[in-house]
Amino acid sequence: MIYRETGQFKSSYESDQALFPIKQDRYVILGVLIVTFGVVPGLLNEYWLNAILLPFLIYALAALGLNILTGYCGQVSLGTGGFMAVGAFSVYKLMIAFPELGFIPLVLLSGVITAAVGALFGLPSLRIKGFYLAVATLAAQFFLIWLFNKVGWFFNYNASGMINSPPMTVFGVIITGPEGDMTGKYYLVATFVALFALVAKNLARGRIGRNWMAIRDMDIAAELIGVRPLIAKLSAFAVSSFYIGMAGALYFAVWLGSAEPTEAFDINQSFLVLFMIIIGGLGSVLGSFLGAGFMVLMPILLKNIMVDGFGTDAALAAHIEIITVGVLIIGFLIVEPHGLARLWRIAKEKIRLWPFPH
Amino acid sequence: MNIAKLTRQAVLALLAMPLLSGVATAYELTIPSLDYRTGPYAPNGIPFANGYGDYLHMLNERDGGINGSKINLVACETAYNTKRGVECYENTKGEGESGALVYQPLSTGITYQLIPKSSVDRIPVFSMGYGRTSAANGKVFPWVFNFPATYWDQATVFIRYIGEKEGGMDKLKGKKIALVYHNSAYGKEPIRTLEKAAEQYGFEFLQLPVDHPGQEQKSTWLQVRQERPDWVLMWGWGVMNQVAIKEAASIRYPMDHFIGVWWSGSENDVLPAGDAAHGYLSGAFHQPGGNFPAHDDIRKYVYDKGMGLGERDRIGEVLYNRGLVAAMWTSEAIRKAMEIHKTNKIKGVHVRDGFEALDVDEARLTELGLPGFTIPVKITCENHEGPGKVALQQWDAKAQKWSLVSGFYEPLRDITAPLIAEDSAQYAKENGVVPRICG
Repeated sequence: MIYRETGQFKSSYESDQALFPIKQDRYVILGVLIVTFGVVPGLLNEYWLNAILLPFLIYALAALGLNILTGYCGQVSLGTGGFMAVGAFSVYKLMIAFPELGFIPLVLLSGVITAAVGALFGLPSLRIKGFYLAVATLAAQFFLIWLFNKVGWFFNYNASGMINSPPMTVFGVIITGPEGDMTGKYYLVATFVALFALVAKNLARGRIGRNWMAIRDMDIAAELIGVRPLIAKLSAFAVSSFYIGMAGALYFAVWLGSAEPTEAFDINQSFLVLFMIIIGGLGSVLGSFLGAGFMVLMPILLKNIMVDGFGTDAALAAHIEIITVGVLIIGFLIVEPHGLARLWRIAKEKIRLWPFPH
Repeated sequence: MNIAKLTRQAVLALLAMPLLSGVATAYELTIPSLDYRTGPYAPNGIPFANGYGDYLHMLNERDGGINGSKINLVACETAYNTKRGVECYENTKGEGESGALVYQPLSTGITYQLIPKSSVDRIPVFSMGYGRTSAANGKVFPWVFNFPATYWDQATVFIRYIGEKEGGMDKLKGKKIALVYHNSAYGKEPIRTLEKAAEQYGFEFLQLPVDHPGQEQKSTWLQVRQERPDWVLMWGWGVMNQVAIKEAASIRYPMDHFIGVWWSGSENDVLPAGDAAHGYLSGAFHQPGGNFPAHDDIRKYVYDKGMGLGERDRIGEVLYNRGLVAAMWTSEAIRKAMEIHKTNKIKGVHVRDGFEALDVDEARLTELGLPGFTIPVKITCENHEGPGKVALQQWDAKAQKWSLVSGFYEPLRDITAPLIAEDSAQYAKENGVVPRICG
């Protein structure tokens, strides 16, 4: 009754091809944006912004990137941690070498560098598929981390191999470094994520996105109808790595502030982002957000309920949390193998028919 | 507890999350404890957290806290993971009326995260014998304390010990010393110092990294077997230690020429290797064993009341004592801060003053029920690493106990001091810190 397109007539091609053709969708998106930018920063304290929302947004960006590659183009990648490290180390070197360029261009630039590295490691995808490709990207993960841990140039020959983000400002607000303004950080990351989520949504439904999906669904058929696998696969690797690189740059420079490659970007990072898109929903922009939310928020939520709510012993709570998150993942996947985004789609269908389900 | 009540509490907990302020009755001293009782390093994290918590609980039970103010120990589980550690920090820093008074981050990664945050939030970080070595320079790192000694002090003490055993520092020439290290920020800390020392004394320095978590070390020890270094030093942690000791035993490397850092010298590390670990050495800055009067008080006031965090018969293990000594220095710093500011209502910013005026000498240690337990520590505005003295302890596999086998050595300050000055200056430059003026 509330949610349906009846009565919304399209009188031009533009309106028919709009990103969100249904009016209610546009209102919801607008509402989300207003809440994100207008309400949230004033409402929440530093703990919420720094410990919950920043990682959620940054992981959502990384999940978007991986979703482009795995969800839309069907290429399984276990190299996310490595590519995030490329973004982080690029932005670190750039921040040291060219601080005058400004932080936002440097993040974009480190995304571009990661895109090049990603495309390079995407080359094997032209020959190998499926699990074998996963192994090739796993090699990228281990190689990149080894490289950043081994070669002193990347971490400016720091005695401990750690990188620290120097202070930088955006529009006069300190974003990185210890003095960084929390609200400023939030706005910057939220802007990046909102903007690039929009770009992803657009890419996915355009010609490039359709090429990717054709490759994903059946690459030989796609080739026969004129999709060039070389371009499609490598562009998916490049665009995906661009997103992941930016996420890595923000992850290091804005959120963590300092990082060591072996811990911050290890293989668990790759799995975490992969779980996010599997749980959230492959091939869905919304799914990337839902998955990131689930994997970032759920453990913290459980911990806070148990420790602050019931006064459970911290160690016991940690064990229960591991079990619960595992059970929830399995549970969700049994109930809905296509992820949370699919649940949302079903819900939408239901709302559309409500109150007359037949 | 029924479901409805559970749900209600869960909802209340959720609602309370953003507020984070409890209703305090009396002024309590909030001391967060970043434990890691889960994850790959849990066997080492548990005894430390027990020692830390038991000592503070004992103060609460015996003396009613510090100068009459109760301590509120807030445990938060990090699993030795940096991101969770940061979440814990953000979650606990505003806890209670006092706010968090001091952090003991317990992992190099978390310490590096907290160093810049501490100066903004004005909460001191006490990274006891770990973390960033150049934090010893209190002018650049006013909020970080890493006494009683740093990794660099320790590395030079090992070199001194080796020199002594070889019959003089000049005998080090031409010797070969290998470092088996955890391939992370923590493990890399001593490399630069050892390189300097190698230059100065003319020994050959061999680096053998071991990747996290360190279960696979066959190739490392094969290299040791081929290269036959005269001495092996180890910067290991968690499961890596036990594996290394077992591997060393399997290639019949002489254990009394194998020295671990103080994080590689606990019961957990040597017991799995059995008799083969006999004679293994490690650094130490406090005594092992559970027969000090303070331990008796912990048994009497904490364990007899059933409030102990761990098992009674594990009191006095090396890492338990390490947690205990950390709690002792922390509580002394808080006491000092109360004296300086003449109030019990102190905050983190005051505790830093307490740390900078900390002076725990032998007489005070005896008063605290820990006579001869550790070295006297005196901290000043510019010196945050304290005495820097390190002793060596040796494992006796038959008696199954550690004992100190050497006195406390002075570090080779001619090597460490310039390195600290250089590294802290680089940090100051990169992060735009203006070194403060002391005194």
